[in-house]
Amino acid sequence: MLRLLLRGAAGSARKNGGRGPVAHLQPLRQYSSSQSSGAAKVVAASLLTVGGGIGGTVLYAQWDHKFRATVEKNVPYSDSVFGLILGPAPQNAGPPVRTQLESTQPQSMLEKRAKTSKVQSEKKVKGTTETEAIEPTPTVSVPAASMEEASVEATQIISASGDVPSVPAPCDTEPTVVTEHCDECHPAGPEAVLHGADSPTEQLVERPAEEVSARLAQQDQDEQNVLAAVSSSLEESLACSARAALQAIGAQEAALQAINQHTQKLKEAMEAESPPEEKSVQWKDLEAALMDRTSAVTDATAALQKANEALDSLRTTIRNSKDLKVAAARPLVLAAEENLHKMAVDLDRVVAQVQSAEAESKIVSQYSDLVQEAKLQFQKEVSSLTPEIQANWKGLTGKLSSDDLNALIAHAHRRIDQLNRELAEQRVREQIHIDAALQQQKLEDQRVLENAVSSSLQHVKEEARLEQERKMNELREVMEAEMRTQLRRQAAAHTDHVRDVLKVQEQELRAEAEQVLSSKLLDQETRHRQLTQEQLDNFTLDMNAAYARLKGVEEAIDSHLVAEDEARRAHQLWLSVEALNHTLKTAGAEEPSVPLDSAAQIVRDSCREDDFASALAEALPAESLSRGVYGEASLRARFNSLRSLVRRVALIDESHNSLYQYFLSYLQAALLFEDQQVAPPTQLSSEDLDPFKLLSYASYCLEHGELELAAKLVNQLKGEARRVVEDWLTEARLTLETRQVVSLLSAYANAVGLGTTQAP
Amino acid sequence: MTSGKMADEYGRKWDRCLADTAVKTVTGLGVGVVFSVLFFKRRTWPVSFGSGLGLGMGYSNCQHDFRLPYLVHGRMVKDQ
Repeated sequence: MLRLLLRGAAGSARKNGGRGPVAHLQPLRQYSSSQSSGAAKVVAASLLTVGGGIGGTVLYAQWDHKFRATVEKNVPYSDSVFGLILGPAPQNAGPPVRTQLESTQPQSMLEKRAKTSKVQSEKKVKGTTETEAIEPTPTVSVPAASMEEASVEATQIISASGDVPSVPAPCDTEPTVVTEHCDECHPAGPEAVLHGADSPTEQLVERPAEEVSARLAQQDQDEQNVLAAVSSSLEESLACSARAALQAIGAQEAALQAINQHTQKLKEAMEAESPPEEKSVQWKDLEAALMDRTSAVTDATAALQKANEALDSLRTTIRNSKDLKVAAARPLVLAAEENLHKMAVDLDRVVAQVQSAEAESKIVSQYSDLVQEAKLQFQKEVSSLTPEIQANWKGLTGKLSSDDLNALIAHAHRRIDQLNRELAEQRVREQIHIDAALQQQKLEDQRVLENAVSSSLQHVKEEARLEQERKMNELREVMEAEMRTQLRRQAAAHTDHVRDVLKVQEQELRAEAEQVLSSKLLDQETRHRQLTQEQLDNFTLDMNAAYARLKGVEEAIDSHLVAEDEARRAHQLWLSVEALNHTLKTAGAEEPSVPLDSAAQIVRDSCREDDFASALAEALPAESLSRGVYGEASLRARFNSLRSLVRRVALIDESHNSLYQYFLSYLQAALLFEDQQVAPPTQLSSEDLDPFKLLSYASYCLEHGELELAAKLVNQLKGEARRVVEDWLTEARLTLETRQVVSLLSAYANAVGLGTTQAP
Repeated sequence: MTSGKMADEYGRKWDRCLADTAVKTVTGLGVGVVFSVLFFKRRTWPVSFGSGLGLGMGYSNCQHDFRLPYLVHGRMVKDQ
């Protein structure tokens, strides 16, 4: 296993270009025989460790990708090794999942958006239907499906939100609702249907108030007309029937009177014992009375018939007017009905009276008939007995004989016996007759009772119905009043709402108009201002141009002046710089030059306004100002004297500075020979930094007048040599500095002078 | 001028050094002689010792004088 690992590691390493242990393996194998086994053991152990480490790393990298990434980052070429052994690193599974989530999320968002838009559209529809619901009732009750839906939704919303309390009440739910509104419905219904069909989802235009009021007025007018017609008809028929009824009643009463009279007379005629002359008068009266009675009765019947006819006509008119269903006529109708009923009742009463009177008279007449019959019978018998005697037996007192009287008495006795027998028989049959009579009377009574009951029942029924009608009317009126009040309230609420809406609209419109106005005004103003500003600008531009020209001319003149002034100053500067330059040349062989202070002061004075020149003037080193500078020749001489000393202490520095070193350095100086002057190379290398060489370079430079280069070369000296040369270096630096400043100043002065000179 | 000063100083150093060494050697010699005579029974070793001592002192002084520019006096700063 381990060997396999090792072999694998070795092979992979060989592929990549060899590793340390692999490279060493082979030669080690060669030497293993020569060397002892201990070394081989050690080598093997180390190889094992290394191989195990590598294998472990690879395995762990396969398992933990972060570790693999860390190793790949930190250890070079490990990524290729891993790639060979394990395959490419697996990609992150994160982003696709995230994108999936994101892709699903937008979908849901879209759905949500769709839903919200749908809800919004529904709400919009609902909003419109809500406004529609506030419409008068007929427009909502249009039976279009969408409208119904919308109205249902509207009702839901209204009920849910506790909004306008007016719930749309369609006509068809209450057919017996206020009739006038139903009347409105019917003509308005078809129109509303059309309206609804045209624009079911748009906001319905409320019918203009004038139209509605006109319609209402029209309907009122119609109603009034109908009412007038009905009332007139009712009144006519009422009057007619009243007249007829009164007539009938009068006739009936007259008939009643006649009947009573007749009966009375009959009774009198029957019972009264009066002389025959009065009897005939009575009988005549009776006959007259009978005639009267018959005529009265016929009159009464005729009148009754007429009255009945009139009542019938009244009833038909009442029914017709009822069919018209005009509410206002109802009380009239009711009153007419009541009158009709009263008249009918009166008529019936009178008729009943007449009938009772007639019954009575019938009895009396029956009685009279019976009496008359008995009389006739008696007379017949008497006449049969005494044929010669006249019927009028009351005047027979002188004419009759005793036989006749006896016969008459015997007849009378026989008659009395017969009558007694009849009486006894009659008494016996009395009960039966009474029963029969009672029965008849009972029947008669029952019939009468039945009639009376039926008539009274009818009357009561009629009265109850009338009462019911009256109550219904009242109730209807109350309901109507309440309905009116509710409608009035609704109308008031509607007007309030409309007023509010109008107010809001008015405000909005006003605000809009004001805004438009203000914006227009603003535009105008800005335009005006722009124009004025433009004019001003133009004028200003012209003025500025003229002014600028003037200024330009002035400036040209001034600049001329200034230029002249500057030229003068530049000249002065140049002169002073030349003086300074001259002072530099006063350096003697061994002494420094005169102090440059005075010349520098002059220079400073002459360039007070010039910053550059004054800065340069300041830049002169103080030593040169106070003491002056050495010339190049003196420096050269000094250097030459210094040279031997430097040679002598060439080996001495911080670490080598014992006397022995001194001795050695002396020895070196004595033994070493170098050229007096050697041209320095353009680039110094490390071997050129030898002091002796440097000295020869420096002297060469000095001989050729390059103080700067000489100073630079001398600057390369180190250690004691440097210390010895330090003073000379400082002096050389000073000189160089001063010379540089002076040259700069002179160059500047020259430039300025050149600049200020005007070409002719 | 200063280079002259340097050279002069250098020469002066040497003069001093040599003079000093000579003086010391001679002094040492003398002291050695004295000691040899007085305490060490006229052996030569104190003489040579003394002269050596003197020479060494002179040498050391001379070296110190030449080393003077390169000497750095440091101080130990104790941590508080």
